[in-house]
Amino acid sequence: MTSFRRVLSSQLRNVIRSRWMVGHALLLLAVTILLLRFGGSGERALLSLVNLVLLLVPLVSVVFGTLYVYNAREFIELLLAQPVGRGSVYLGLFGGLALPQTVALWIGVGGPLVLQTVAEPAVVRPLVMLLAVGTCLTLVFTAFALCVAVLVEERARGFGAALLVWLGCTVVYDGLILLLLTTFRDYPLETPVLILTFLNPVDLARVVLLLTFDVALLMGYTGSVFSDLFGGGLGIVIAFGTLLVCAAIPLAAGFRWFGRKDF
Amino acid sequence: MIAGFLAVGVVTVSSAGPVRRLSDALALARPGDTVIVTAGRYVEAGTVRVDRPVTIIGRGRPVIVGRGDHTLLLITAAAVAVTGLVIEHVLPISTEDRAGIRLEGATGCRLEDNDIRDTYFGIYGAKVSDCRIEGNRVTGPARREQASGNAIQFWSSDRLTISGNRVTGHRDGIYLEFVTASVLSDNQSVANRRYGLHFMSSHGCTYRRNRFQHNGAGVAVMYTRDVTMEGNEFLDNRGQAAYGLLLKDISDGAIRDNRFRRNTTALYLEGANRLEVTGNRFEGNGWAVRLLANSVGNRFENNLFTGNAFDVATNSRSASSTFSGNYWDQYRGFDRNRDGRGDVPHRPVRLFSLVVEQNDPALILLRSLFVDLLDQAERVLPILTPETLTDLAPLMEPPR
Repeated sequence: MTSFRRVLSSQLRNVIRSRWMVGHALLLLAVTILLLRFGGSGERALLSLVNLVLLLVPLVSVVFGTLYVYNAREFIELLLAQPVGRGSVYLGLFGGLALPQTVALWIGVGGPLVLQTVAEPAVVRPLVMLLAVGTCLTLVFTAFALCVAVLVEERARGFGAALLVWLGCTVVYDGLILLLLTTFRDYPLETPVLILTFLNPVDLARVVLLLTFDVALLMGYTGSVFSDLFGGGLGIVIAFGTLLVCAAIPLAAGFRWFGRKDF
Repeated sequence: MIAGFLAVGVVTVSSAGPVRRLSDALALARPGDTVIVTAGRYVEAGTVRVDRPVTIIGRGRPVIVGRGDHTLLLITAAAVAVTGLVIEHVLPISTEDRAGIRLEGATGCRLEDNDIRDTYFGIYGAKVSDCRIEGNRVTGPARREQASGNAIQFWSSDRLTISGNRVTGHRDGIYLEFVTASVLSDNQSVANRRYGLHFMSSHGCTYRRNRFQHNGAGVAVMYTRDVTMEGNEFLDNRGQAAYGLLLKDISDGAIRDNRFRRNTTALYLEGANRLEVTGNRFEGNGWAVRLLANSVGNRFENNLFTGNAFDVATNSRSASSTFSGNYWDQYRGFDRNRDGRGDVPHRPVRLFSLVVEQNDPALILLRSLFVDLLDQAERVLPILTPETLTDLAPLMEPPR
């Protein structure tokens, strides 16, 4: 445990010193402030923030995470030569990456929104949802980043793979769902589509945010399965649970590969 | 007995005095008299008939309670005024329209500042003209839709003024059928089981500054011409069959300066013709405007569209309504000559709205990057969305 803590703190120092995280936080801060100031009405600004959280946060998490692990390779090898368990090193890496990014997200998006909330208390629920979803996505995509970095030996290919993971989750997956929907439009597809949505963390996060921002619209959705599931608070709980599982699976897989990897 | 006539033309009802019931007072009163009901609780065994022109005034909010199996107050005379009463307890029945206050063939009547609670129909009028229904509060027991009547209903009536009433907990808040040349203003119709406002074949009526909120199915109006709706608020009407304002076979009217917020569908037009839709605000709705192909010749100008998932949806490629000079928060054009109008036309119909129209479960892909990319591609090179449905001069700034 102490070795995990030491690895974690050294990783934290490293990540923060790399200035990437500072840049990330500043970028989020700037975009959020700009959106709130110039993004038109409050609703519109919040909707733009949804896109920021759904697209930018996973992208930065997966790309930065992957590159960081490649850069830290020598350091990792050095660590592994010491009497330190691989579990400690792996989890230290994960924590060292995920924590600063979460903090960056909270400062960058949460900070300006809190200020906005003082003026407009109706923003509290969306704010909490945005930050919760963003945090979950950070965990998920940091875990993906570790998987990619462990599995792919070469740096350039790893970078490409990280981008592919992001592209797959945000664009390609939805394209396939739409294709499925149009191909089999004569069949009742609500349940299958709902299940497919739950299998992709970005889609799941999007649905959770839709429930926060577009309730009026979703009430018009004829799929009773959907309204049954998300009508009460249970759907949100299930969704967040699933998001955490989405993070746990790649994390566990990466751990397994990391344990076996011949450095 | 003599005490009741001490003041000329005034009959006083009080639980301690000689006249102890409203029905007794009305039997004594001559045309033109005033009946004053003092504070207290008066139980009536049957319908109280007002068959001569009298003024009934409640002092200290007296409560008139019925047994439940009859209409409480039945007004058949002209120039009757009823103010300050609390009318309570009429049970539902499917064979007759029992009401708290029922007007039959009455003219020039005035119902003002009454509380009507726990009744089947609140105020029901048939063949009525030139009446004023003002500042009443009609509160229903919120039974299920089939077992509740309408808060205010008029049938075959003319020149009514219905204003400042608050109606809630009934089937329809306000229901008009064959009512003409009437004005409804400043009413609040909240949390009714079915419609906040519902009218059919009620030509030439005006609706101003009313608020319709949290009603089961919003507002639905049908088969009427010459309707004017100004400054009303349509809020929070959510559900698969709920509409901020549903217009079916409505023609030659004006929908002006209304506010639509957080409705599943804000404005739905089916067979609605030659309407002038101007200066309205559509904010945070699922569908702001659903325009069916059988709606012809409507003009949409100077409206504000912001935060809606779909600004305009339609079921046909050819549009016969015109959009011009509206503000769209999704507009991405520019204004080089600085005249406040965008130089590039705006296409408010998203490709995705067409997809959802035909394929309902696809709604779950809303706000997906993929769908946004598809929409952008379609905007650049329209293939599927209606070509004619464009705003040629979109506003750059929201109208004040």
